[in-house]
Amino acid sequence: MSGGGTEQIRVELDDVHLDFDGRRVFRGLSCGFPSGRISVVLGGSGAGKSTLLRMVGGLQRPDRGRVCVAGQEVARLSERELFAARQRIGMLFQGGALLDSMTIFDNIALPLREHAKLSEGAIAEAVERRLVDVGLPDTAQLLPRQLSGGMRRRAALARALVRDPEIVLCDEPFSGLDPVNVRRIEALLVEVNRRLGLTLIVTSHHLASSLRMADRLVFLVDGHAVSGAAAEILESRDPRVVEFLEAEGDARAGQAEARSANPGGPA
Amino acid sequence: MRSQPIEAVGLRVVGLLGQLGAFARFVAAIGRAVVVRPYRFARLVAEVFDIGVRSLAIICASGGVVGAVLALQGYYMLVRFGAEDALGTMVGLILVLELGPVLTALLTTGRAASAMAAEIASMVTTEQLDGLRMMSVDPIDFVVAPKAVAMVLVMPMLSALFIVCGIAGGYLVGVELLGLDGGSYLTSLEQSIDFADDVAQSLLKALVFGALAGFIATYRGYTAEPTAAGVSAATTGTVVVASVSVLMANYVITALWRAYGPPGGV
Repeated sequence: MSGGGTEQIRVELDDVHLDFDGRRVFRGLSCGFPSGRISVVLGGSGAGKSTLLRMVGGLQRPDRGRVCVAGQEVARLSERELFAARQRIGMLFQGGALLDSMTIFDNIALPLREHAKLSEGAIAEAVERRLVDVGLPDTAQLLPRQLSGGMRRRAALARALVRDPEIVLCDEPFSGLDPVNVRRIEALLVEVNRRLGLTLIVTSHHLASSLRMADRLVFLVDGHAVSGAAAEILESRDPRVVEFLEAEGDARAGQAEARSANPGGPA
Repeated sequence: MRSQPIEAVGLRVVGLLGQLGAFARFVAAIGRAVVVRPYRFARLVAEVFDIGVRSLAIICASGGVVGAVLALQGYYMLVRFGAEDALGTMVGLILVLELGPVLTALLTTGRAASAMAAEIASMVTTEQLDGLRMMSVDPIDFVVAPKAVAMVLVMPMLSALFIVCGIAGGYLVGVELLGLDGGSYLTSLEQSIDFADDVAQSLLKALVFGALAGFIATYRGYTAEPTAAGVSAATTGTVVVASVSVLMANYVITALWRAYGPPGGV
């Protein structure tokens, strides 16, 4: 693997091109995600954040270019080889992607039952621990349709983490969550990253939490990536990055104005 | 520009062949999932139960009514020739050879196969199948194969149930309503239906129709566009394609059976 400075790159995209439904999504996208770090992918709607994660997971093949995960070029792997490669990856989908015919417990237990040689008791213990981690201790026997969208996403995060994967891909983990749960999920992601040293790639619109947790930011603009440490990105003079940050700044200023105009109102 | 219609036909043929090829690969993947570990026996049993229970009421009610109508029409036809004692034969043979397997397949396609296609298509739309892939679980093995195989297994059972209900419906009308002798109704039925020929043909048809309905429904769902319109198209496409395929396969099986007879000959 190529190194980015002294950091080992775990996931790397090199000169990736992709057209999707007649629309050019990536035009020579190149970026790397360092091992054991939290990388947050930012960009406007339709910039290709979810598509980037799908390519890393081998769910989407690029038209051209290389997508390397832990030294393997995933675009060249057969479906069978991909199943083996994905053993080290956990993925949280934007909608959760929980199996709606199974209880929350069975959903989270599924990867353990399929791949880990554990007793049912050990599986139950692991599932309960993850449910407590994501703040859903009493939901094991519920069906996904009995949970709110935010709760479903937290249960899906528990499923993504239950096997302690080396790489975790999180597609918009904060969208639709209240501020308390944004903080909770943010803390959980940082904690598993520090404790297990796993490589986290998170897509987000949520700039504040991205800045708090990210070791590295990757901005997707016009099919290319602008990446670097969070401080570097904030200093960027790229007009497209500046525009995104200013828009986010405007939104925050609007919130602050609303609070000062109505100090007794909800925060 | 005269070549345009020919080009259009050519493109359609190529597209159709491509779809047939993709369908053949899909069926082969199901076959592989069935024979290679892990075996999903619990999921298969659950699907058999689900499809069977989902279709039970409609099969029993339809079978009974169809048998009753056959007896009613058949009685007035046979009475003209003084052959009303052959009512059991007529009702039994028509049900066993044709209406039992064909109507069961059409009803099950409309009830269970369309639901199966919609369920898989909605799993595509909500990324549940991608979620399985990311857990290194093959969706064909985990979701598709148990459903398709369950349909193959359930169809002969439902067809047999339809036939039994049909014969009972015919008995009610012929014997209880029109006053035929119950003994002669059942005796003529028993004497005219040959297990190795008629019942075997009926079972073969039900198995083939079950395979057609199961494979078409799961393929349509699995390849659905990940949108609400895609779910709808998968559902209606399943009903149309599976129903037409069942009717065409029925003619082919009947023609081949009549030409070559039952395996082993009778």
